[in-house]
Amino acid sequence: MPSKWVKTPFPKGRYYFSGNEAAAEGAIAAGCRFYAGYPITPSSELMERMAVRLQEVGGVFIQMEDEIASISAVIGASWAGAKAMTATSGPGFSLMQESIGYAAFTETPCVIIDVQRAGPCTGQATKVGSGDIMQAKWGSHGDYQVIALSPWSSQEMYDLTLRAFNLSETYRVPTMVMADEAIGHLRETIQIPSRVEIFDRMKRKGRAPFDSEEEDGVPPMPSFGEGERLAVTGSTHDGFGFRKTDDPQVHARLVSRINKKILNHRRTIIETEDYLIEDAEIALITYGFTARTSLYVVKRLRKEDWKIGMLRLKTLWPFPDEAVAQLGKRVRKILVPEMNLGQVAGEVRKYVPCDVHSLTQTNGEVIRPDVLIETLRRM
Amino acid sequence: MTRALEKYIRPGVKSTPFCPGCGHGILMGLILRAIDDLKMEMKKMLFVSGIGCAAWIPSPHYNGDTLHTLHGRAIAFATGAKLYNPDLCVMVVSGDGDLSSIGGNHLIHAARRNIDLKVICANNMIYGMTGGQVASTTPKGSRTSTTGEGNPYRPFDLCKLVEGAGATYVARFSVTQPILLIQSIKKAILHKGFSFIDVLSPCPTQYGRRNRLDRPDEMMKDLIRRCILEEEIEGLTEEERAEKIITGEFLS
Ligand SMILES: Cc1ncc(C[n+]2csc(CCOP(=O)(O)OP(=O)(O)O)c2C)c(N)n1
Ligand SMILES: [Mg+2]
Repeated sequence: MPSKWVKTPFPKGRYYFSGNEAAAEGAIAAGCRFYAGYPITPSSELMERMAVRLQEVGGVFIQMEDEIASISAVIGASWAGAKAMTATSGPGFSLMQESIGYAAFTETPCVIIDVQRAGPCTGQATKVGSGDIMQAKWGSHGDYQVIALSPWSSQEMYDLTLRAFNLSETYRVPTMVMADEAIGHLRETIQIPSRVEIFDRMKRKGRAPFDSEEEDGVPPMPSFGEGERLAVTGSTHDGFGFRKTDDPQVHARLVSRINKKILNHRRTIIETEDYLIEDAEIALITYGFTARTSLYVVKRLRKEDWKIGMLRLKTLWPFPDEAVAQLGKRVRKILVPEMNLGQVAGEVRKYVPCDVHSLTQTNGEVIRPDVLIETLRRM
Repeated sequence: MTRALEKYIRPGVKSTPFCPGCGHGILMGLILRAIDDLKMEMKKMLFVSGIGCAAWIPSPHYNGDTLHTLHGRAIAFATGAKLYNPDLCVMVVSGDGDLSSIGGNHLIHAARRNIDLKVICANNMIYGMTGGQVASTTPKGSRTSTTGEGNPYRPFDLCKLVEGAGATYVARFSVTQPILLIQSIKKAILHKGFSFIDVLSPCPTQYGRRNRLDRPDEMMKDLIRRCILEEEIEGLTEEERAEKIITGEFLS
């Protein structure tokens, strides 16, 4: 997949940005030129900044009538040639699910940022939560794959939003940045580079836009108006987009490929980071804001001579099975702290033979170091 | 459809999927006649549809770009494509249920924005594809698979609805008025702004057979008898008026 290095449209330097602002800037740097969205706390600042920035760089911004319209307009714009995105939070993320399935099945690149808040339902609209991790993977019906990333800082809101666009274009798949309220509203210094590496969707005139010779291939994607006479449909389709809703082979082949094109490439998609795990006997597996607290706790307990380390999941979907499995072989115990009732802990248990403890907290607050330490002492 | 229009059909398409007597196939041809009259470049045309029998009118049959979306969402998808590439001529062709019920919010908001979409509603007054359930366009009293005793509610007047919401070209014609309808589609294509045509399209399979109009020709004749132009209303009694369908250009 060819990439190119481009100048960032925002001057290189250090900036004091909230996570939401940083994500918007990462999107612009990635080449995003279309945003459609609907206001919802705690993601709204992201949309407000996109409204300003897209006007400055000559892109298109529109506030739609709801989140279903927003993600649908994003998909329409993507087929018209745009790098396109939307951002939302729980209730809006729920409304988007049918269209996310459409994007997965029609292999439409698009980026969705979910700044998670405390659910279920309207829940605590201004408070933090991390309850949408399973929804990101399983929210729409049928068997499909998405990519979901998990930032832990303002810097990563920038970096991972940029990466989300690159992955989305490379694999023609909806890609999510699973932020949370604490990261979205956290203000800290970030570094904006002078140049960034950008990936664009592949184009090949005359080639089938919905089929590939390889069982896990990503076909080229032309845009509307280029004379390719595209036929795009969310019904089961052959390589050129003709509906084939009675043919078992066409359906099986298509469903299999849209899953394999992600799962077979998971080694290049997945990113994790290790902290102090060389001699660790206990490990935290963590992601998002909770990883910040976890790292603090790991460092503090190291001073008390604990053999403790941490694995941070920067990619949540496809799930970092290999990194988790390897860690599971090295340590005696694993603790997964998260702001939900154990969504990632359940996933971790699938891949490790050792004890997996789950620290769950759903009170609209971030997990505090003392709570984490107390849990570790009891383990 | 005549041979002369074949160039507008996607190579590989063999037949239409519509039932005998369905008006959607007639509309399929009339849209192409309007496109042919205007010598539109199919390369720059994008046809967007939702889900339903009507959504198959353009997809995949028309030889331009076609985007067959989700139930109700055609206008939202079309909005994104049109805003990002304004050089595209974007036409939405979809059903009454799709555009006005599940997609009703997108319809009125696109009209409010007066975004340059040409929306053609193939209105058979019923959910055709799913088996003839009552729609937001089904006349009061009509029998459907979910209103055996007759529909207790009144239908939308879609033209008034979109006009109130801000559409700038609004018309209603039946597939039994082909010359007027072609004329109207041409105007909608040339119009800059939100254009909407409510096209009455008979569905003998799902609507007619439950309402004493099972034969295709009976439904056609019924439409021919009931569709009148605005200027023909005068002099009709209240009773005569009640069963008529007023067609014409309401805003242009
Ligand atoms: C979200 C969703 N709900 C329900 C359906 C089932 N469905 C398919 S077509 C249709 C009705 C279509 O009616 P209309 O738009 O009037 O088109 P027609 O078939 O009458 O031409 C429905 C309800 C669906 N596909 N998606
Ligand atoms: Mg209908």
